Amino acid sequence: MNDLTSAENIDYSCFPDEHGHFGIYGGRFVSETLISALDELAAIYKKLKDDPGFQAEFDKDMAHYVGRPSPLYHAERWSQEVGGAQIYFKREDLNHTGAHKVNNTIGQALLAKYSGKKRVIAETGAGQHGVASATVATRLGLECEVFMGEEDVRRQSLNVYRMKLLGAKVTAVTSGTRTLKDAMNEAMRDWVTNVDDTFYIIGTVAGPHPYPELVRDFQSIIGREARQQSLNQTGKLPDVLVACVGGGSNAIGLFHPFLNDESVRMVGVEAGGDGVETGRHAAPLNDGVPGVLHGGRTYLMEDENGQIIDTHSISAGLDYPGVGPEHSWLKDLGRVDYVAVTDQEALAAFREVTLVEGIMPALETSHALAYAKKLAKDMPKDQTIVVNLSGRGDKDILTMADLDNITL
Amino acid sequence: MNRITERMNALKASSRKAFVAYLVSGDPRPSVTLEAMHELVRQGVDIIELGIPFSDPMAEGEVIQLGHERALSHNVSLTSSMALVKQFREQNTQTPVILMGYANPIERKGYETFADSASDAGVDGVLTVDLPPEEARDLNEELQRVGLHNIFLLAPTTTPARIHEIVSMASGFVYYVSLKGVTGAGHLDLNSVKQKLGEIRKMTDLPLCVGFGIKDGASAKAVSEHGDGAVVGSVFVDKMGKLADKSDEEIIKAVGEIAANIRSGLDN
Ligand SMILES: Cc1ncc(COP(=O)(O)O)c(C=O)c1O
Repeated sequence: MNDLTSAENIDYSCFPDEHGHFGIYGGRFVSETLISALDELAAIYKKLKDDPGFQAEFDKDMAHYVGRPSPLYHAERWSQEVGGAQIYFKREDLNHTGAHKVNNTIGQALLAKYSGKKRVIAETGAGQHGVASATVATRLGLECEVFMGEEDVRRQSLNVYRMKLLGAKVTAVTSGTRTLKDAMNEAMRDWVTNVDDTFYIIGTVAGPHPYPELVRDFQSIIGREARQQSLNQTGKLPDVLVACVGGGSNAIGLFHPFLNDESVRMVGVEAGGDGVETGRHAAPLNDGVPGVLHGGRTYLMEDENGQIIDTHSISAGLDYPGVGPEHSWLKDLGRVDYVAVTDQEALAAFREVTLVEGIMPALETSHALAYAKKLAKDMPKDQTIVVNLSGRGDKDILTMADLDNITL
Repeated sequence: MNRITERMNALKASSRKAFVAYLVSGDPRPSVTLEAMHELVRQGVDIIELGIPFSDPMAEGEVIQLGHERALSHNVSLTSSMALVKQFREQNTQTPVILMGYANPIERKGYETFADSASDAGVDGVLTVDLPPEEARDLNEELQRVGLHNIFLLAPTTTPARIHEIVSMASGFVYYVSLKGVTGAGHLDLNSVKQKLGEIRKMTDLPLCVGFGIKDGASAKAVSEHGDGAVVGSVFVDKMGKLADKSDEEIIKAVGEIAANIRSGLDN
C-alpha cells in the first residue's frame, strides 16, 4: 500500500502497485476461487502488453476495424454560442459500434484468444459494452453471454436486439435492483462457475486487479491521440479535459496520458439524477464513502449499514453505485475534480448539441457536455476544453421519444 | 480458549465430524432466527454460521441470494445480527458462532469497532467471503487482538503455494470450497474433493471443513470422510424460503428435521 497523500511528485504512470492498489483503493476483494484466474490474467497481460506482436494486432484492429484515430473535432458553432473557451470533441462516437467501449473489448478479446478461452461473458448497463463484447466475440468465433439487469433490458431494448443479432445470449438479471451492479454480480457468479473455459470481459475500470489497470491501458489510446491531436491543431495541450464517469473507463482513457501534465485540469462528471441533494443519483465520488464492492475498494453509494443502495440516472450507463478505484484515488489526491450534472441538465445538453452541431451524443456523454458548457462560459476564448464524446445517442432514441410522449 | 477450537478438539477426541450449519440472520424474518439456532443445536449442529445479509452477495447461488433479500427486507444488519448472537449467548455459552458475510458491512463499521462488538456479543469467528489473505491482514490483526478466529477459504483452484500462505494465516479451521461455483451448486465431485483435501492435509494440522454443494446426510458424510466436518447451508435457506408464510414454529421444526437427518448421516 502507498501512503502518498499529496498530488505532488507522483508519477501517475507507475500505478497501481503490483497488487493493484491505488493508495488505499483497488486491490482484489474476491472469493478464493477466482484468485488463480486473476493471477493467470495478470500474468498473461504482463507478458503481452509489451509484446510487439500483440500490440501490432491491437493497433491493426484499432485502425481498420474500429476506425481509429477518432477525430478531435472543434465544435466551433457551439463554442461560439456558449461564448467562452473553445470546445473540442474527442469523437469516440464514431468508433465501430458507437462508443469508446470497443477499445477495451478488442483488447480483452485478444487476451481471451491468447488465453485459449472459448467463451466470453460480459455485464452491461446501457448495452454499449454488451454490444461491443458481442461484436468482438462473434468476429473471433467465441461464444458470448451478456448479463444485463432486467430494468436495463427494458430501457435499452434496441441494444438487446443488437446483441442478439450479433449471436450473443442475453441473460436478464432479476436479483437486487436489476441494473448494472446486479448484472456484474451475476457475471462474477458465472465466472466462478465456468472459470476454466470462460474469459470475463469487464466493461469499465472497476472490478478486481488487474482489470482496472488493463481496461485503463486499452482505453488510454483516447488520451494519447487527443494529446497529439491537440498539439497538432492548437499548438498546445488542452486547458481542461471533461468526461462523464460511470465506472470511469472513458474518463480515465482520456485523462491518464495527461495526468503528469500539471497544467491540464481534469473534470469527471457523475450522474446527478434528480440532484445530489435529493439522494436520487449515481454520484459516489460526490456523495459516497469508501467501501468494498465488485472486487475493489473504492467510493460507493451505501447506507449506514454498508448495504449498497439504489442509484438513479436517466442514463443506464452511469447508473452504477461504484466507480473505478483509480478515480477514488485521484479524487483524494485532488488531481481530478469530480462534479455532478442532473438528468435535466444532461437532457438539455443532448438537445442543444444535437441541434447546434448535428452530433447526437449518448445520454451518458450529455452529462460531460452539460458541464463543459458551464465551464467554458467563464473561460477566455483562447483556452481549450476537450470533451470525451464517449458515444452516440442512437441507443437513447426510444428514451427521448418517451420523454417527448412519442411512440415509435 | 476460543469455542471453535474447544469444539474441534472435543470432536476430534470423540472421533466425530463437525456439523456446521449456515442460516441467514433474520431469514425469512428476524423472529425465526434465534429459536432456529437453538433448535439446530438441539438436533446436533456443532457450529453455527450466521450469514450477514448483504445487498450484493456475489458468491451466493439463487437460494441464498433470496435469503439475503428476505432478511434485508426486514432491515437486518451486521449490528442487529451481533445483537442476536448476544441474545443467543444468554442461553447457550457452548456452541461456537461464526459470522459469515461480505467485507463492506465490516468496512463500514471499521475493523476495530467491529472486532470489539463481535467479541462482546460472543462471536467466535469471522468468515469474509471477499477478503482473501492479500487484503485480510488488517482485519486479521484486529480479530486476533480480541481472540476471534478468521476462517479462510481454500478452493479447488488454490495453488499449493497459496494453500501454504493461507493456512499460515488461518486459525480455528479451514473451509474448503468443494467446487468451482456458487453456494447451492449441484456439481460436487467427491474424487476431486478427496484429492485436494489430501494435499491440504499435508500442509496443516488445522481442522478441515468442506462446504458448497452438500445437500443431505449422505453427501455430508461422503465429504467429511476426507476432512473433519461438513458445512450445510442452501438446504436450510431453501426451507426458510419455501415456508416463509408459515408460522415460526413450523419453520423451526422443519429446519430441525433437516438438521437431525444430516447429523445422523454424518454419524453413521
Ligand atoms: C457512451 C457511454 N459513455 C459512458 C459510459 C459510462 O462508462 P464509463 O464511465 O466506464 O466510461 C457508457 C456506459 O455504458 C457509455 O455507453
